Amino acid sequence: MNIAQQARQQEGREEMTLVEKILARAAGREKVRPGEIVYANVDVAMTQDILGALAFPAFRELGIPVWDRDKIVMIIDHCAPPSTLLQAGYVVENIRFAEDYGIRHFYKMQGVCHQILPEEGFVKPGAVIVGTDSHTTTYGALGAFSTGIGSTEMVWVFAKGNLWLRVPETIRVEINGQLPPVVMAKDVMLKILSLIGTNGANYKALEYGGQTVQNMSMDGRLTLCNMAVEAGAKNGIVEVDEITRSYLKNRAQGEMELLKSDPDANYSRVLQLDVNNLDPQVACPHSPANVAPIGEVIGQKVDQVLIGTCTGGRLEDFRMAARLIQGKRISRNVRCLIIPASARIYLRMLEEGLLKVFAEAGCVISNPQCGPCGGISHGLLGDGEVCVSTSNRNFMGRMGSTKAKVYLASPATAAAAAVAGVLTDPREIEGGR
Amino acid sequence: MTSFKPADLAKICMRDIDPEFPQRMAPGGFVVAGKNFGCGSSREGAPISLKAAGVQAIVAEEFARIFYRNALNVCLPVIECPGVVSAIDLGDELEIALSSGTIRNISKGSVIQGVPIPGFLLEMMRAGGLIAFLKQQL
Repeated sequence: MNIAQQARQQEGREEMTLVEKILARAAGREKVRPGEIVYANVDVAMTQDILGALAFPAFRELGIPVWDRDKIVMIIDHCAPPSTLLQAGYVVENIRFAEDYGIRHFYKMQGVCHQILPEEGFVKPGAVIVGTDSHTTTYGALGAFSTGIGSTEMVWVFAKGNLWLRVPETIRVEINGQLPPVVMAKDVMLKILSLIGTNGANYKALEYGGQTVQNMSMDGRLTLCNMAVEAGAKNGIVEVDEITRSYLKNRAQGEMELLKSDPDANYSRVLQLDVNNLDPQVACPHSPANVAPIGEVIGQKVDQVLIGTCTGGRLEDFRMAARLIQGKRISRNVRCLIIPASARIYLRMLEEGLLKVFAEAGCVISNPQCGPCGGISHGLLGDGEVCVSTSNRNFMGRMGSTKAKVYLASPATAAAAAVAGVLTDPREIEGGR
Repeated sequence: MTSFKPADLAKICMRDIDPEFPQRMAPGGFVVAGKNFGCGSSREGAPISLKAAGVQAIVAEEFARIFYRNALNVCLPVIECPGVVSAIDLGDELEIALSSGTIRNISKGSVIQGVPIPGFLLEMMRAGGLIAFLKQQL
């Protein structure tokens, strides 16, 4: 703490980070400090089909109505559509719960929760959002505080509308420079993970800022915040600006708090990153932080490519992938799965001719859903297989066999691998230069 | 995951690190772990499987955040304790005081100080976990 900060603290005007301001408001407090435990009121509670289905029977046992049915959003995305009887049971459980408790915000197989919530206007700046999925951190891209919780905790939230939270310290990630062509938000995030590791932000908030983030599209910001949890973070967040406002236009209505971190807010750490010369990055098996620049992994044979998920399945991602795949055939050794993150994205891909590009190249195009990312359906890996995926986790066994290997990469790097049949520098592929 | 039944989860508990773990885990035993224990998804299957495998408490250098919450909510005590890995050997007998975070290594005659579990969370655990605690308040 510097002298100016000490002076302000003595005067009771201690400056706060964006996350501290949001949690102070949600807890009905003037200010909060990192390490304090507060009960925060929840603005939106999201359940996905599997971890929701585990919460619903326990909630039913309580015999009470939900605290506010308009603040609950239910999504069927992991079992979309179900491939096993067990999954079919989860879907039935979801549909019955929505009917019995009058949950109107219910999206059945229209895409992945983490795309639907921002896209449909449920995410507002300054809001507190919790979801039964660890990648609930995604919504911080719009200046909200959002984090993942377990099924049992969701029972509490459904009953009470609040949740205890330890106010996290904030790590500021200051990203500057112009991203080179074909280098994407995913590469930036993998680079950050290589610097701080899978526990580098444990219990903490990751606040992304700097010139690169200011110039970054909402799709890119969603990717950064999505993978905040891969560094162990409680949440990821980006301050609201013109890009946020333009994204929210025609989406979210009503009052919004456009909060920013104070200039002298206390950060537990400030990480500087210059991306002017950033190479495409790849996370090698079996950790999202086991990252190497593409040059070190070129030539690795690939059996499956997945372009999709809540990390890398947005419109910008498919535009980039289509740029590299257009007019070529997918390598005969590879199956390339294209799984849009939402029905709206799917429709735009149709309108823009991207689906045609992928179909002509020999890709497998699926309906919007989580797909094989979490090892649930539509493209699991067998023993000894290698997958390049635009998703967020490459833990052993996550996408199928424990003997399979997953490399995490940007949509550009994944598309290049699909064409070449091996890990390749996307800058070496026509369309990538 | 094809089942969420505790008994099924116990059988595959920690299998990626040690396939024999469920057989070697003595009922009422402790797990001593390193950094970022429980890293990953929101799934409560993780603490439930450990509990069903007979684990009484986990002491770790550091826990992943969602795991920490989920464990306490399902009544599996977790104590964060920097330096614990080098202070305990396999088979040591331990005594853990949750409210103070003190870990007594009876086999070695030493004491290690961990981070105490906050009072309101102990109250929740005494009630039998988050759901039982919630029922008390309705």
